Amino acid sequence: MQALYAQLLVGLINGSFYALLSLGLAVIFGMLNIINFAHGAVYMMGAFVAYFLLNLTGLGYWWALLIAPIVVGIFGMILERTMLQWLTGLDHLYGLLLTFGMALIIQGVFQNYFGSSGLPYAIPDELKGGMNLGFMFLPIYRGWVVIFSLIVCIATWYLIERTRLGAYLRAATENPTLVRAFGVNVPRMITLTYGLGVGLAALAGVLSAPINQVRPLMGADLIIVVFAVVVIGGMGSIMGSIITGFALGVIEGLTKYFYPEASNTVVFVLMVLVLLVKPTGLTGRAA
Amino acid sequence: MKHRISAIFLGTALALVAGGALAQDKTVKVGVLTDNSGLYSDLGGAGSTLAAQMAIEDSGLAAKGWKVDLISADHQNKPDIATTIARQWIDVEKIDVLMDVLNSGVALAVNNVVKEKNSVMINSGAASSDLTNAQCTPNTVHWTYDTYMLAHSTGAALVKAGGDTWYFLTADYAFGAALERDTTAVVLASGGKVIGGVKHPLNSSDFSSFLLQAQASKAKIIGMANAGGDTTNTIKQAAEFGIVAGGQKLAGLLLFISDVHSLGLNVAQGLNLSATFYWDMNDQTRAFSKRFSDRMKTKAMPTMVQAGVYSGLLHYFKALEALGGNPHDGAKEVAKMKELPTDDALFGKGSIQPNGRALHPAYLFEVKKPSESKGPWDYYKLIGTTPGDQAFRPLSESACPLLKK
Repeated sequence: MQALYAQLLVGLINGSFYALLSLGLAVIFGMLNIINFAHGAVYMMGAFVAYFLLNLTGLGYWWALLIAPIVVGIFGMILERTMLQWLTGLDHLYGLLLTFGMALIIQGVFQNYFGSSGLPYAIPDELKGGMNLGFMFLPIYRGWVVIFSLIVCIATWYLIERTRLGAYLRAATENPTLVRAFGVNVPRMITLTYGLGVGLAALAGVLSAPINQVRPLMGADLIIVVFAVVVIGGMGSIMGSIITGFALGVIEGLTKYFYPEASNTVVFVLMVLVLLVKPTGLTGRAA
Repeated sequence: MKHRISAIFLGTALALVAGGALAQDKTVKVGVLTDNSGLYSDLGGAGSTLAAQMAIEDSGLAAKGWKVDLISADHQNKPDIATTIARQWIDVEKIDVLMDVLNSGVALAVNNVVKEKNSVMINSGAASSDLTNAQCTPNTVHWTYDTYMLAHSTGAALVKAGGDTWYFLTADYAFGAALERDTTAVVLASGGKVIGGVKHPLNSSDFSSFLLQAQASKAKIIGMANAGGDTTNTIKQAAEFGIVAGGQKLAGLLLFISDVHSLGLNVAQGLNLSATFYWDMNDQTRAFSKRFSDRMKTKAMPTMVQAGVYSGLLHYFKALEALGGNPHDGAKEVAKMKELPTDDALFGKGSIQPNGRALHPAYLFEVKKPSESKGPWDYYKLIGTTPGDQAFRPLSESACPLLKK
C-alpha cells in the first residue's frame, strides 16, 4: 500500500510535465488551429537555453525559469510571423507537416553540435535534498515541479477563460473579421498566443532539465505521449488538457508499478478507447 | 524446368570461375551500420564511421594498390530497417563487410542476413553474448565486449566486495535480457542472491517509478542492465531519490565513457564499470584518441565501441592481405581472421576463437572523483584487469553449433 502512494505521487510529477506541454498545445490549437508538432523541439530548446544561461553567463535556474520561456517564445513568434501565418485557413495537415519538419530540423541542428547523450544540469541548491514522507522519499525538487506547474496551469486557464484579454482571444478565434472591426490587432494577438504556447513548452523544458539529461531528443521522446494526452482531453480544451495531463501521469505511474512492460503503451491504449467511445475527447465539443 | 535448372548450374559455375579469377581482386567495400540519430549515436554513430575511415587510412592499403570504399547508414535501432539495409548493401552495393551494428536486437537480426548471404559482420557495438554462443555463425566476429564479459568483470567484483543481494533494472529487449541473464548467473555462482527486478521499455525518460521499486526491495546492489540515455537518466534520478545516500549501490553493467561525460563526475563518481578500451591506457591509445577527437565534431574521445570498429576493421584488412586479394567469400575471410593472431595499438595482442569471439583483456574501472580528474575526459581509475582468455566465455561452456563438428 505504501508503495502505491509513492507511485501515485510519482505519477503526479510526470503528469505535471504532460499538463504543461499539453496545455501549450491546447492553447495553440484552440486559438490558431495549428497542430504544433514542433512542441517537443521547443521544450528541448527551453532546457538548452537554461544550460547555456548557466554555463555561458552564469545565470542559474531561477533566471532560466524567467528568461528561457521569453527567449524561446520570441523564437516561436518569429516562426509564426515568417512561416505559420501563411497557413491560416488551410487544412490542418499543412500546419502539422510544417511544424513536424521544423521539429526535425531543430533537433537535427542540436544533435549535430551536442550529440545524443546530453549535457548535465544540476538541481539548484535551494531545492536539493528531500523529505521522508513515511511512505516514500520525496525529492524536494519534484515537489516543487508539481506545485509550480499547477500554479502555471491554473494561471493560464484563468488568463484565457476569465480575463478580458482572454475574451478577445476567444472572440478572435470565433470570428476574426468582426473582432478586427472593433479595432483589435488580431494577427498580433495570434502571434503572441503562439509565443505563449511555445513559452509554456520552454518552461516545462527548464523544469525538466535538472531531472532528465538536457538532450536534443528529450522532446521527441515525450511529444507523442503528449499528443495522446491532448487527443484524450479533447483538442483545444484548456481545462481538459490540464486535468488529462495529470490524470494520465498517474495512470502511467500505476502501470509502471503493476505491469512495467506496458508503461509506454498504456496512454495509447486509453487514447484508442476514448476515441472509440467519444471521438471529440473527454471534454471536447463536436465541431 | 530442366533447362532452367541447368541454366542455374551454368550460372553458378560461371560465377565460381569468375570468383576464382577475382582472387587477385583488390577492391573492398566497407559499410558502417549504426545508430546515427538515436540514443546510442554518441557511443557509435558518426564516431564509428570516423573510426572506420581512420582504419582505412592507417591500413596503408591504398598505397599497396587497394581500392577501399566506405559507406554508412542509420539503422534507427530497428531490426527491420537494419536487415533491409543489410540486404541492399550486400546484394546491390556489393558491400564486403558490415561494421559496428550496435544494438543487440539489430545485431541478431543482421547476423542471420550476413550468414545467409555469406558476407562478413565485425560487430563492435552490440552486447549480447548470444552472437558467439547459440547464434554464432561462420560469418560474424564479435570484437569489443559482450554481456558475459560485463557480467563477470563488474558482477563478480561487486559480489566479492559484499554486494550479495541484487535487484535488476532491465531494458526490455534482447540486450537487457542477455545482460540480466549473464549477470544473474555470476551473482548466483559467487554466492549472491537476486531478489527482484523490473523490465522497463527502451528509451524511457522517467525512472522514478522503477527506482522506488528498487529502493523498496532493500537490495544492496541495483544492477542497471540498460545502456546509453537509459543508464544516464537512471543514475541521475537515483541520486535525486537518495538511493546511493541510503546505502544501496548502483552497478552500471554497461556504461560508456560518453555516458560518464554526459553525467558529469559529480553524479557519476564512484561507479564501477567494465570496458575493454579506455583512451588513457598507454601512449598508443592516447595518440589514436587524440587524432580521433580532433576530427570529431563534438571533440569527444573514442568509446570502446568506436575503438573496436577501428581495430576490427584493421584486422579484417590484414586477413584480406594474407589472402592475397579479396575473395568476396565471407566465411573464407572470417576463417582467415580467426587464423591470424590479433595485434593492434588499441586492444593489444589477442586472438579470435572459433565461435567468432575476439579475446582481449577486460578492465574494471572506477569513475574518478571530481577532485581526482585533471579535466574533461579524465574519468577512469583502473582497479583490475582480467586476462583475455578468462574475461570471455570459455569454449567449453559455449553452445555455438560451429564447435560441434
